[in-house]
Amino acid sequence: MEHHSVHDPPPQPGGPHPGGIMSAQAPPPPQAQQLPPQMFTTAAQLLDLTDKKLLLVLRDGRKLIGILRSWDQFANLVLQSTIERVFATVITPQDPHPKGLYADKSHGIFLVRGENVLLLGEIDLDKDDDPPAGYEKAEFGLVEKLASEQKAAEKARATKRLKKLATLGFEGENMGEILL
Amino acid sequence: MPDMAEPRKSSSTYGRDDDPLTYFFKTLIDHEVTVELKNDIQIRGTLKSVDQYLNIKLDDIQVVEELKYPHLSSVKNVFIRGSVVRYVHLPAAAVDVPLLEDATRREAANQAGKGK
Repeated sequence: MEHHSVHDPPPQPGGPHPGGIMSAQAPPPPQAQQLPPQMFTTAAQLLDLTDKKLLLVLRDGRKLIGILRSWDQFANLVLQSTIERVFATVITPQDPHPKGLYADKSHGIFLVRGENVLLLGEIDLDKDDDPPAGYEKAEFGLVEKLASEQKAAEKARATKRLKKLATLGFEGENMGEILL
Repeated sequence: MPDMAEPRKSSSTYGRDDDPLTYFFKTLIDHEVTVELKNDIQIRGTLKSVDQYLNIKLDDIQVVEELKYPHLSSVKNVFIRGSVVRYVHLPAAAVDVPLLEDATRREAANQAGKGK
């Protein structure tokens, strides 16, 4: 797999931008800055986020951090220099406060199909250097193991709850996997 | 980007071609709302935009129960896919009740019309 980094030459300034991948067929979009504020489409919002460092939460609960380089009207996204970040909490008997752990894994380029996107957030670069409050960095393997255990436990709980609700005549609203 | 190249009919005001409900949400732009997602996370922020899928963009966000959801700690604005929203908590003072009633009735009528 080819690993690109932030230091790769940026796309041609002034060239047909964003959505570089599609720009071969599509005419260059109208000047983004001059769009009236009310003229809003999904695409116009993604335009604001292009070339920014974003946090992406997927439907399966995965968190990806990367630079948005390209997208289309379905919110299919291309992220560069992507890292996956996992979080877990550790509860030790002697400490009443659960300790938070996180870890990063570098993945390079990601193409994400739009339907899997739950949420997209622009990262405040000033706050980005500090670890999330109450969390400290740990080894990826460890955190991933803890996180998958916690996810499995959470899922078991949710399934049990849905089953019980179903016996009472309630239909679960999110039978699919939606975990954050 | 076909939907960008083609300008919408009424771009200077809230689009009259919007769905009634989208139109209602657009009247809440720049107000503070809390969006509750289907995975129970609640995000409070200034509503910046809404589109026809009720995709929502919030600015200056704050997560209720921040400790439980650490990954949003350095995020300042979010784009939320409409399909994952469970509730939007509206600021009572900013809600135009007749408009909302009208919007929901029309939406219901539209849906009933489609069902036939």
